[in-house]
Amino acid sequence: MGLLDDFLARAAIAGVAAALAAGPLGCFVVWRRMAYFGDATAHAAILGVAASLALEIPVFAGVLALAGLMAAAVALSAGRSYAADTLLGVAAHTALAAGLVAMAFLPGARLDLMGYLFGDILAVSKGDVWTILFGAAAALALLAWRWTGLLTATLSPDLAAAEGRDPARERLILMLALAFLVAAALKVVGALLITALLVIPAAAARAVSPTPERMALAAALIGAGSVLGGLGASWTWDAPAGPSVVLAASAALALANLAAVLRRALRG
Amino acid sequence: MSAAAADPAAAAVPAARAEAPPLVEATGVSIRYDGVEVLRDVTLSLRPGEIVTLVGPNGSGKTSLARALAGALKPASGRVRRRPGLRLGYVPQSLALDRTLPMTVDRFLALAGERDRAVREAALERTGAPGLGARQLSELSGGQFQRALLAHALLRRPELLVLDEPTTGLDQPGASAFYRLVAELRDELGCAVLMVSHDLHVVMAASDRVICLNGHVCCEGTPTVVAAAPEYRALFGFGTGGALALYRHDHDHAHDHDHDPDHGHGPHRHDHDHDHDHGPQGRGAGQG
Repeated sequence: MGLLDDFLARAAIAGVAAALAAGPLGCFVVWRRMAYFGDATAHAAILGVAASLALEIPVFAGVLALAGLMAAAVALSAGRSYAADTLLGVAAHTALAAGLVAMAFLPGARLDLMGYLFGDILAVSKGDVWTILFGAAAALALLAWRWTGLLTATLSPDLAAAEGRDPARERLILMLALAFLVAAALKVVGALLITALLVIPAAAARAVSPTPERMALAAALIGAGSVLGGLGASWTWDAPAGPSVVLAASAALALANLAAVLRRALRG
Repeated sequence: MSAAAADPAAAAVPAARAEAPPLVEATGVSIRYDGVEVLRDVTLSLRPGEIVTLVGPNGSGKTSLARALAGALKPASGRVRRRPGLRLGYVPQSLALDRTLPMTVDRFLALAGERDRAVREAALERTGAPGLGARQLSELSGGQFQRALLAHALLRRPELLVLDEPTTGLDQPGASAFYRLVAELRDELGCAVLMVSHDLHVVMAASDRVICLNGHVCCEGTPTVVAAAPEYRALFGFGTGGALALYRHDHDHAHDHDHDPDHGHGPHRHDHDHDHDHGPQGRGAGQG
C-alpha cells in the first residue's frame, strides 16, 4: 500500500504543498497590499469551476483560466474610475455571485459547492494530489525565477525600471503565480479561505523575520505547520478541515507576535 | 574637502567628453498625467561625466523628467533615447517601504546584483554609512537612508547617476556633505550625474549645468561659484566646504505676465516668479 492510498496522507501532502507555495506568495500579497486582490482572484475560481463543469474540461484548467483572467482584468482597470478597493470589492463579489448562480444551473454541481467554497482536503484523490503539487510547484517556480525583480519592483517600481526591469511584467508574473496557487489551493481550503492561507502565515512570519527571504521561508513553514495542525484538529474533534487549517494559522500568528513582544520586553 | 568641488575649472566638462555621444537624449518630450500636461517639449542630453542639476518649484515636472530619463515613465510624446547598455544608478526620493516588508540594508544592497558582501560593505563605507548593513532600512535616519540608496546605486557601477531630491530633509551642512560626496564619486567613477533639487537658488557647486524647469525648460546656465566670497561664507556658515553655489535665473520670457492670454504656455504654474535677479545681499537679507 503506497503513501497516496491513505486519505490522511494525501490530505497532508496536498495541504503542505499548497501551504509551501502560499507562504512566499502570501508575503508579496502582504508587502504589496494585495489582500483584496487575492480575494477577487480566489472568488473567480468558483466561476472557473462552473465553467469547467459546463464545458467538461478539467477543473484545474478552468479555475486557472478564470483566476488568471480576473487578475489581469482587475490589474488593467485599476485606478481608472473607482478606487482600487471599491473595484476589487465589486469584482470579487460579482465573480463569486456569478459562480454561485452558474453552479445552481448545473445539474449535480450543487452537491460539490460546499467543497469548492470551503475546501474538501480529506477527499482529495491521487489525481488531485498530483494537480495540487503541479500548481504549487508552478507558483513557486515563477516566484523563484523572478525573485530579485519582484522584490525590487515591490520596493520601488521606478528603481526597478531604472535598473532595466519592467515592473508591469513583474506584476503580471505575480498574478500568474497567484492564479496557479488559487487553482492548487481550491481543494485544500476552498475559494473563500484561500486569501487566509496567503495572508495569515505571511503576517505571522513578519513578526520573526529580518529579511524578505527569511520571511518567505518562515511563512511557508508556518503554513505547512498550520495545515498539519488543522488536519490533526479535524481528525481529533471532527471539525471541518479547511477552516481548522485557517484557525491553526491564526493561532500561529498570535503566538509569533506574542513571542516577538516577549523577546523585545526581555531585551529592553 | 575636494579641490574639484571648489574649483570651477576642474568641474567643467572637458572638451573631449562634450564630443562623446550622449548617455541619454530627450527630444521634444511631453509628459501628461490623466490628460494634464506637466511637462512640454523638453529637449536635453546628458553627456558622460557631466553634473547637471535640475531645479524647479513643486509641480514643475522635474521628478517626472528624471523618471522619464531613467526609463521609469513613458513620455506622452517625444522620445527618450538611452545609450544601449547604459548602466544607470537611480536614487529615488523614497521607497514604498511597507512596514510588513523586512529589509536589512545589506539585503537591499544585494538587490543591486552585488554578491560579494565585502564589496557591499565597502560601498556603504564609501557613502559614509559604514557598519549599517545589519540594520533595517525602516530604522535609518533620513541621511543614512539616502546614503544606503546611494550605495545601492553605486553597486550598479553606474555611467549615469540619477538622484531625485536626495537632500530633502537634510540641513545645510548635511546637504553640503552629500553634494561633496557626489562630486567626489563623479571624479572617481567618471559617471555623469543628474541631480534633481527643489532649491531654486542654492545648488551643488560642482554642477556643470543648471536647468530650471517649470513645465518647460525656463533657463539654463552655470552656477556662480561662491566659495571664496566672505559674504557667502557668512550666509552658508562654515563647514559647507564650497559645496554649495548660487544659481542666477536668466529667463528669456516674463513669467509675471502669465495672466496674459497671449502667453500661451499652457496650464503649468508659474509660482517661482519671485526675485529672479536677486543678488547675494537680497538672499542674505531674506535669511538673516
